[in-house]
Amino acid sequence: MATAATAHHEEHPYGITRWLYTTNHKDIGTLYLWFSFAMAIVGGTMALVIRAELWQPGLQIVEPGFFNQMTALHGLIMVFGLVMPAFVGLANWQIPMMIGAPDMALPRMNNWSFWILPPAGTLLLLSLFAPGGAPQAGWTLYPPLTIQMGMGMDFVILSVHMLGISSVLGSINIIATILNMRAPGLTLMKMPLFVWTWLVTAFLLLAAIPVLAGAVTMLLTDRHFGTHFFNAAGGGDPVMFQHVFWFFGHPEVYILVLPAFGVFSQIIPTFSRKPLFGYESMVYATMSIAFLSFVVWAHHMYTVGMPTAGELFFMYTTMMIAVPTGVKVFNWVATMWRGSLSFETPMLYAIAGVFLFTIGGLSGLMLSITPADFQYHDTYFVVAHFHYVIFAGSVLAIIGAVYYWMPKWTGHMYNETLGKWHFWLTMIGFNLTFFPQHFLGLAGMPRRIPDYALQFTEFNQWSTVGAFILALAQLLFLYIVIQTIRGGEKASGRVWEGAEGLEWTVPSPAPYHTFATPPKIR
Amino acid sequence: MAKWFIRTTRAAVAIVAAVGMLLIPTIAAAEYGFDFQRPVTEIAHDLLWLHHLIFIICVIIFVGVFGVMFYSLAAHRKSRGHKAATFHESTRLEVVWTIIPFFILVGMAYPSTTTLLKMDDVTNSDLTVKITGHQWKWQYEYLDQDVSFFSVLATPQAQIHNEAKKDPHYLLEVDKPLVLPVGKKVRFLVTGADVIHAWWVPQLGLKKDAIPGFINEIWARIDEPGTYRGQCAELCGKDHGYMPIVVQAVSDEEFKTWIGEQKKLKVAAAAAAERSWSKEELIEHGKEIYNKTCVACHQANGKGVPGVFPAIAGSKIATGPVDGHLNIVMNGKPGTAMQAFAGQLNDVDLAAVVSYERNAFGNNTGDVVQPSQVKALRK
Repeated sequence: MATAATAHHEEHPYGITRWLYTTNHKDIGTLYLWFSFAMAIVGGTMALVIRAELWQPGLQIVEPGFFNQMTALHGLIMVFGLVMPAFVGLANWQIPMMIGAPDMALPRMNNWSFWILPPAGTLLLLSLFAPGGAPQAGWTLYPPLTIQMGMGMDFVILSVHMLGISSVLGSINIIATILNMRAPGLTLMKMPLFVWTWLVTAFLLLAAIPVLAGAVTMLLTDRHFGTHFFNAAGGGDPVMFQHVFWFFGHPEVYILVLPAFGVFSQIIPTFSRKPLFGYESMVYATMSIAFLSFVVWAHHMYTVGMPTAGELFFMYTTMMIAVPTGVKVFNWVATMWRGSLSFETPMLYAIAGVFLFTIGGLSGLMLSITPADFQYHDTYFVVAHFHYVIFAGSVLAIIGAVYYWMPKWTGHMYNETLGKWHFWLTMIGFNLTFFPQHFLGLAGMPRRIPDYALQFTEFNQWSTVGAFILALAQLLFLYIVIQTIRGGEKASGRVWEGAEGLEWTVPSPAPYHTFATPPKIR
Repeated sequence: MAKWFIRTTRAAVAIVAAVGMLLIPTIAAAEYGFDFQRPVTEIAHDLLWLHHLIFIICVIIFVGVFGVMFYSLAAHRKSRGHKAATFHESTRLEVVWTIIPFFILVGMAYPSTTTLLKMDDVTNSDLTVKITGHQWKWQYEYLDQDVSFFSVLATPQAQIHNEAKKDPHYLLEVDKPLVLPVGKKVRFLVTGADVIHAWWVPQLGLKKDAIPGFINEIWARIDEPGTYRGQCAELCGKDHGYMPIVVQAVSDEEFKTWIGEQKKLKVAAAAAAERSWSKEELIEHGKEIYNKTCVACHQANGKGVPGVFPAIAGSKIATGPVDGHLNIVMNGKPGTAMQAFAGQLNDVDLAAVVSYERNAFGNNTGDVVQPSQVKALRK
């Protein structure tokens, strides 16, 4: 009887309805991850259009208006389409398995929060085909420029609302799952760091996303219903949008990067064969970063002309963020110190992620210095900085996490040789693309321009070569993932010699339903 | 595993070398800018110094932390038979690496604060220039001298579209530079007319947003005569990349002479508006104005950009009643990128450009608009 019941549980519908109707956290996690990969291809293609146009001075491939559409959509797609869904996908797959829960707390809502995404992403892309095309105002959507835009802007506003609703539903689910569904005995301070960082991130999302929704709604009413929130001639304030946007936007940066810190904190101890150093300080550092992220927003807008006291306040609070972030980096290094290190692909991604993210963190510290920022602001130095944070922090963590947990998901080991190829090509492509952009910015190249003065040519060419290497390397990633799904060396339950945690106690591939009865925690 | 690792590392090194070889010729030929442009004001010097200070501190921290990590990566490998230790916490260490960075930050905050206070002190200026950002040009008004003009990109479209060789100052040249005296404290009032722009000249150490409805204050005292170039730094629409800034710093005497000339030009322009102009004169001058002022949106062929900027060729406005055409050129169309040009162009320019538009692009209406008609409409 028992075996029959288990077999029954393993059954799931086949074909399209399995994916449309699914309430299974593993299926939904898979959907999120594939959606994210599709968006990465679209957003990456746009980046290649940008880099191809910037190969040399003059206009060759696209007109300035279309170039601006590319920069705006590339930003929106990578933030809302690639990084956020990828981390929600990882959360869906891993959090129930890591806390010994049978599924997410709110499975039907889980289905809904995923299935809002494809229409939202489609709407975002459809804006390209609206009269006048997609908005040409950057992902930050500053008015009054966005008031001038065509109908494509309204597509984007609706799309941002839908993406926001999806994120809020997703975070409610994650909070409910973590707070209610932990196996008996798994106290909060025993949770894996990935679960902790996601818990904090989910609260950040709940607080930040509605603020963004408010900002874009005000844009919508300014555009169509005669309000003047951001129109100075009507008594409004264009700078207020920036305050509201960045009140969302800065926590958003940590929404993108805290789960990455969680991933690093899982992978590094595993391949160091040594427990995470300073677990408690990691938890408190995560919370400090989250708190500080709400009081630093105006460092994105030092040049708007704030009172001196305001600029000093935001400079000091921003510099403070370096302290808890530094604690995290020191803890990771201390975890590796005197470990027994091996360098499988996930570990390479984690080490590179910490190393390169710290470059972005330190350039962020430079940017926090208000007077110096007057030279850095809105140049390629900023572009280099946030790609070192978001690509090296978040995207490398996502790729590392996929290599780390893919044997658990598929039951097969990936091809280690190809994995290392993928890693090194990504490293070369990424650094060649973005490192020279630091120099471009310092030397005076503004961001978001389709054409540039002659002295910027060489570094732009390096950058373009790097971008194509980086993009092609990701096709290798797709190949590796498909190859691993279809077959390969069988993975054991534990997968990695140094792996600790509940997800490694179930067989690989993880059964469709895990922990129907809660595990015992020592 | 180790063998694979060595082989992939070797392959990676080979790829880096190959890419490097490709780039070496360009390295040799290029003048590379790695750092800030040479500063020419006290503030810009301070910013360069501050930038170097913070950068060096960051590099020292980075090398220190990752020196430890790379030592560990080399020494504590499983493949070398290193056995993992079991320690996993130390309150003393956590306190140390919280407190030390804090004090480093305090050390960085002190010079930053003093520099910021200096930058924000706009009192006791010798000269005030109002800077207004428009899509996509800069307007400069010398408030005490009653001189004002627009400054637009001078790089020809042919160079942008790769039909002609690019000048050394490609995209960084304007028809009329902002002329300023050296050694004087110049205060700038920065604002925007339509959307947000940002006025940035790296060598002066100045960047400030030009925001509609706000007036921001900045200042500079330029040390030496010369030409200093910059660009709009805040995304302001289609031609954001095409609104450069050129500052020409001259001695005080040359500056006074220049102001005198500007006043004479203004008188001459007023006189020109009084006489009657021939059709050929108007069309020739109008073409010049069109190519400077209108071409960015309505395009060189007058066909505009479908769905974004309307065509002038065959348009109802440019072939309909003259007054309607003048009205839209002079007063603009609210809620669109079409600006009110009454304040930007003089009577001759307006008459000429409207005459040109009514006879170019196959609009052959034969209409001619005289400066006097424009002048009458201004009242």
